[in-house]
Amino acid sequence: MKIGLFIPCYVDQFYPKVGIATYELLQKLGCEVHFPMGQTCCGQPMANSGYQYLTKGCDANFIANFAGFDYIVCPSGSCVLHVKEHLHDEKQEELAAEMRKKVFELTEFITDVLKIDSIEGNFPYRVGMHVSCHGQRGLKLSQMTELNAPFFSKPEQLLHNIKGLDLVSLTRKDECCGFGGTFCVTEEAVSVKMGQDRIKDHENHHVDYITGGDMSCLMHLEGILKRQKSPIKTIHIAEILNSLGN
Amino acid sequence: MSSKKTIQHSEAAARFNKDTERVNWHDETLWFVREKRDRSANQIADWELLRETASKIKNNVLSNIHDYLIEFEANAKKNGITVHWAADAKEHNEIVHSIMAKHDVKQMVKSKSMLTEECHLNDYLAEKGIEVIDSDLGEYIVQLRKEPPSHIVLPAIHLKKEDVSETFHEHLGTEKGNIDPQYLTESARLSLRNTFLTRKVALTGVNFAIAETGEIVVCTNEGNADMGAHLADVHIACMGFEKLIPQRKHLGVFLRLLARSATGQPITTFSSHFKKPREGKEIHIVIVDNGRSTQLGREDFRNSLKCIRCGACMNTCPVYRRSGGHSYHNAVAGPIGSILAPNLDMSKNADLPFASTLCGSCTNVCPVKIDIHDQLYKWRQVLVKEGHTPTSKTVAMKTMATVLANPTIFNIAGKSGRFVMKNLPGLVNNKMNKWYDQREMPAVPQESFREWYKKNSREAKAKDNE
Repeated sequence: MKIGLFIPCYVDQFYPKVGIATYELLQKLGCEVHFPMGQTCCGQPMANSGYQYLTKGCDANFIANFAGFDYIVCPSGSCVLHVKEHLHDEKQEELAAEMRKKVFELTEFITDVLKIDSIEGNFPYRVGMHVSCHGQRGLKLSQMTELNAPFFSKPEQLLHNIKGLDLVSLTRKDECCGFGGTFCVTEEAVSVKMGQDRIKDHENHHVDYITGGDMSCLMHLEGILKRQKSPIKTIHIAEILNSLGN
Repeated sequence: MSSKKTIQHSEAAARFNKDTERVNWHDETLWFVREKRDRSANQIADWELLRETASKIKNNVLSNIHDYLIEFEANAKKNGITVHWAADAKEHNEIVHSIMAKHDVKQMVKSKSMLTEECHLNDYLAEKGIEVIDSDLGEYIVQLRKEPPSHIVLPAIHLKKEDVSETFHEHLGTEKGNIDPQYLTESARLSLRNTFLTRKVALTGVNFAIAETGEIVVCTNEGNADMGAHLADVHIACMGFEKLIPQRKHLGVFLRLLARSATGQPITTFSSHFKKPREGKEIHIVIVDNGRSTQLGREDFRNSLKCIRCGACMNTCPVYRRSGGHSYHNAVAGPIGSILAPNLDMSKNADLPFASTLCGSCTNVCPVKIDIHDQLYKWRQVLVKEGHTPTSKTVAMKTMATVLANPTIFNIAGKSGRFVMKNLPGLVNNKMNKWYDQREMPAVPQESFREWYKKNSREAKAKDNE
């Protein structure tokens, strides 16, 4: 199975360890993984700001880099959702449509495509799961508290066999952290308040780590945690899932 | 409000956040309502089916609105109700005034009607020398304070009992510092009782208008709509044209959803049906367009007209809870207000679709399944295309688009400056990085992922071993 590894632009530049963990993990799970060097950004920062019409170049570049893979896998629900909903190319719309179906967020790729229910690992800490909105409400990676429907969570399911990991149950299970792309600067006051409130929930449950499937949310929370000089750390779920030595 | 320069949502929200304790209280109060809604919804096994059914009924209404309106008008007239049509807010206000003038009445008692807030009826009537008293307790409080409601169901939710005590002390002469809710409510009740007894004209909103029977249904918890309408000689009911439902049997679907979504109650205390005027009395229904036809014509935004004004999207919205209803500078605040307001005035309300993280919780609680967060995204695209965003932002976005479409430039830009993160904050203010005000920047690692990959990937290692 040939996988195109899609690493969000800010992860490439600020959180290479998340890219490395994803790469190593997928290889451990038996995939042939390639990182196309010409990839840049999915275009979401522009599209969510109202400039979707400017993302044609990004779309064309994405298609040029990722056509030909069996699957495209990315450690970010948000970027995947953007591609799934908005990747288009007037010249090769059929190909774009096919690729929209082939792109997967890391945890759903493991549970739904590789059909792996749990992963062995070791992470002896108290952990809070930050459920990111695009992964949850967009990609339906886990059940949403607003709905009258049975609980499930693909990312949580994968953590069940991680030794020592103590997953806490938060008071507000799926409240947004306030990152929101350019929202984090255009609505700075509310964005930061939302982040602070999310952190408080994790603090009240005495976590050592906040994990999640989207580094953008975690980057925002990490920025606030560091400013508060909090001992709580952030870690991408790929790093926990890849915790067993190579 | 309309005459003053509009303060942008972000600025008003920043002010609101200066008082952390109050923001926390506002957030927790509304979250409490959201949780009540969840508990209530979870008690109905068919909740999701109920939402789907309501959504479909409303879709049907919007697709056949012309026929239903004609049917409703005919049946209402048969029942002895006078039906008026208003193309916009101005006509609506003039019609209401003309009814008052015909009866030579200078005072009106009004129960909650967000439509009259949308049309700024109180201000209009005040200019004509007509006194309006709002009889919904929350509306009464904000009216005394000369403020607009901050929430469509809970108009005074931004106020604490201490604030109400102050207001009542000033206007009703209650004991200074007495914050006992029982005492304060009783005082309002006494004052309002006199209003009810002396008013000849009562105005109410409409929750549902039934085409099949020509009757209207008004839902309240305080019974103030009934008290007003029953004691007055003339009852004026104002409704946006989207309030229609086809048949009486459909009402059950909406009544089960409305109060559960709004406050978590199984049903509002009063669901009052008004079908025909009593002997010697009059009922007038004013059916208002005020931009609704335009919205109906916008394919992407049409289904915002399904809204039954429960306010669930506000209670769940993490941004609304932390910015307050007034920051939306529109009669209807919160997520639903942010997709309705640009239709009314794109330039004035261009900031509202951006006052969201697009988290999608609003869409999930909506009892009629309006795709609110998708519409927020779509409004952003429209507002940019119509030129309602600052030029500096457009220039920055165009630069980003060029760089991100070109891997070679991207790699150079990325290496030297961590391009995206540097440029995103720069969109707001180049001199001051808003990210950094209350957050640390992420640490810059020694190498990017792609640099690591070039050296350490399986392919690279295989090459090294050759």
